[in-house]
Amino acid sequence: MPLVSIVDVRKSFGANEVLKGVSLPVEKGDVVAIIGRSGSGKSTLLRCVNGLETHDAGSIMVDGLEVGGAKTDMRALRRHVGMVFQQFNLFPHLTALGNVTLAPRVVEKMGEGRARELGLEMLAKVGLAEKRDAYPSQLSGGQQQRVAIARALAMRPKALLCDEITSALDPELVNEVLRVVEKLAGEDMTLILVTHEMRFARDVGTKLVFMHQGRVHEQGAPKALFAAPQTAELQQFIGASFK
Amino acid sequence: MIYKLQFADLLPYWDVLARGFVFTVALTVVSTMAGVLVGTLGACARTFGPRWLAGLLGAYVELIRNTPFLVQLFFVYFGLPAAGLKLTETQAAFIAMTINLGAYSTEIIRAGSEATPKGVIEAGVSLAMTRLQVLRHVVLKPAFQKVWPALASQIIIVMLGSSVVSQISAEDLTYAANFIQSRNFRAFESYFVVALAYLLLAVLTRAILRALGSRLFPKA
Amino acid sequence: MADFSLWVITSNLLLATRWTIALSLVAFVSGGAVGLLLLLARMSASGALRRFVSLYVEFFQGTPLLMQLFMLCFGAALFGVEISPWMAASLALTFWTSAFLTEIWRGCVESVPKGQWEAGSSVALTYVEQMRYVILPQALRIAVPPTVGFSVQVIKGTALASIIGFVELSRAGAMINNATFRPFLVYSITGLIYFALCYPLSLLAKSLERRLNAAG
Ligand SMILES: Nc1ncnc2c1ncn2[C@@H]1O[C@H](COP(=O)(O)OP(=O)(O)OP(=O)(O)O)[C@@H](O)[C@H]1O
Ligand SMILES: [Mg+2]
Repeated sequence: MPLVSIVDVRKSFGANEVLKGVSLPVEKGDVVAIIGRSGSGKSTLLRCVNGLETHDAGSIMVDGLEVGGAKTDMRALRRHVGMVFQQFNLFPHLTALGNVTLAPRVVEKMGEGRARELGLEMLAKVGLAEKRDAYPSQLSGGQQQRVAIARALAMRPKALLCDEITSALDPELVNEVLRVVEKLAGEDMTLILVTHEMRFARDVGTKLVFMHQGRVHEQGAPKALFAAPQTAELQQFIGASFK
Repeated sequence: MIYKLQFADLLPYWDVLARGFVFTVALTVVSTMAGVLVGTLGACARTFGPRWLAGLLGAYVELIRNTPFLVQLFFVYFGLPAAGLKLTETQAAFIAMTINLGAYSTEIIRAGSEATPKGVIEAGVSLAMTRLQVLRHVVLKPAFQKVWPALASQIIIVMLGSSVVSQISAEDLTYAANFIQSRNFRAFESYFVVALAYLLLAVLTRAILRALGSRLFPKA
Repeated sequence: MADFSLWVITSNLLLATRWTIALSLVAFVSGGAVGLLLLLARMSASGALRRFVSLYVEFFQGTPLLMQLFMLCFGAALFGVEISPWMAASLALTFWTSAFLTEIWRGCVESVPKGQWEAGSSVALTYVEQMRYVILPQALRIAVPPTVGFSVQVIKGTALASIIGFVELSRAGAMINNATFRPFLVYSITGLIYFALCYPLSLLAKSLERRLNAAG
């Protein structure tokens, strides 16, 4: 059984059907890169996986828990699924360390000392141990995003969802964030990434998913798909992206 | 014809003054805590509650902010008993002040909490925090941090405004001044000294609230 | 019968409202004038004047308006001046209003970016010219919403004049209540009349502020 299994998921906003039956199995240790045009439903799919949006039909299972199921404790589920956002969404009133330790403290009821230890470990993992006392406003975009990754990792998630986490960054800051993600992939973390970084998707991804008009239009091994796209849409999309 | 001020005539009444001072301080402290609690709940309900509740709270806020505290006090002290709710002067003063500060702080705290970006709330949710935890740690903490100075000013305004509770014979500082000047006929001196006592209270309150703010909600 | 007394109560309260409005206008206009003088003193080069204004503001913002009313009444009596409740209320409210308005306006002047002063002096304007042509026009724009907003505080403040015996809306309410023993009704109507005076001003202040923010 896959760690995350998405089966025939549908989702509409009013009359606008955004997901039209999406199916996607994600095995433990997979690095799934989701690409596709703006508005094709990538973010919506990702947000359905941890229940920030509720899907209308189909099923999403994460580690044996059904997302949005009547008997499912959504908080238990979210403890296993981390999320990193395009706009970082750090808590502005807390320091870097405060951001990372908040959930361990209030959700996991971890003691002050242990939470601090864990927080410092996570900040070290993203290379920001020395910025522990800085507030988000004192950090660059790339640093903020790395703190956001550390914040998600502090919950020891089984899978991490990343929605265009480099899109809001200046070009010269993109790499420091991608390197952190690459390191996580190397540590066997299960990752589902929506990304516009085609090279990164090709080199780090274990699976490429091309979404088009609310459906998975094409999927497979990244290198093979980039080398030989099967559909005209993907071909065109790749052509436009690599130019 | 120059009148000589006689502050010494106040000395025999120092205990009356002290009692009034303590009463005003106690009334302010208790109704500040209750009022800020009302305001916190009100702000949350107004932002996240059902539409009808938000509307009701909006009406409450506007009604209180656009009528004098004196009339609110009379309504509570004279009006509510007529409707079947008996109140002592102190209870009426406390209720009126709580209702008054509750309305202002609802508005002040709401202004702070509405500024919370949606994405930051979602970040809290996706970290498996409960709605209450998100509200407390992600929405209210930074909101209080932001609006604390405004809240402190309002608390001082309410404290100074509490001088009218003497009109329903609640025995506060102003009541003490009224009492003393009716005995020693040194009206100006009595009111002057009591005014200075209020000034001292205002300065102290501001300092205490500032210290409290930087303790509870350290600034980024 | 009930309808009749409701009408009597309301009409009497409305008659007294004239005095609330009159007192508010006097306090607001004269308080504004004094506040403007204080603002100039506050911005002047004289350290003594600046200190005087900040003490003035501290005193009138840091003590209850009710104490100020009492001190004015009885302070005048010390000089053998018999002062009418109307006079006392007008004067006390003028002082009180001026302290708040001058402080509001100072905030507005200071919120004009420093670069504006520098730009003014870079084209060789004198201090007064910079104030007159560069700073004040900008400060004035920002000052309108909070000034309108403060007029609500002035109207509510006039209620305290009732305590020194000036017959305006609140005093009329108390008197009618003593005659009719219907406090719930009387104070409800009294409150609603104040609301009818204040709420439009509150709305105006809010919409002016929104327009200002939208204009950047
Ligand atoms: N909360 C919402 N309410 C209404 N419509 C929405 C909402 N969220 C998304 N949509 C719509 O759903 C569609 C898919 O949006 P989604 O954000 O999933 O696209 P995306 O593939 O992530 O695009 P992008 O690359 O621009 O981020 C869009 O047409 C969008 O307008
Ligand atoms: Mg998106």
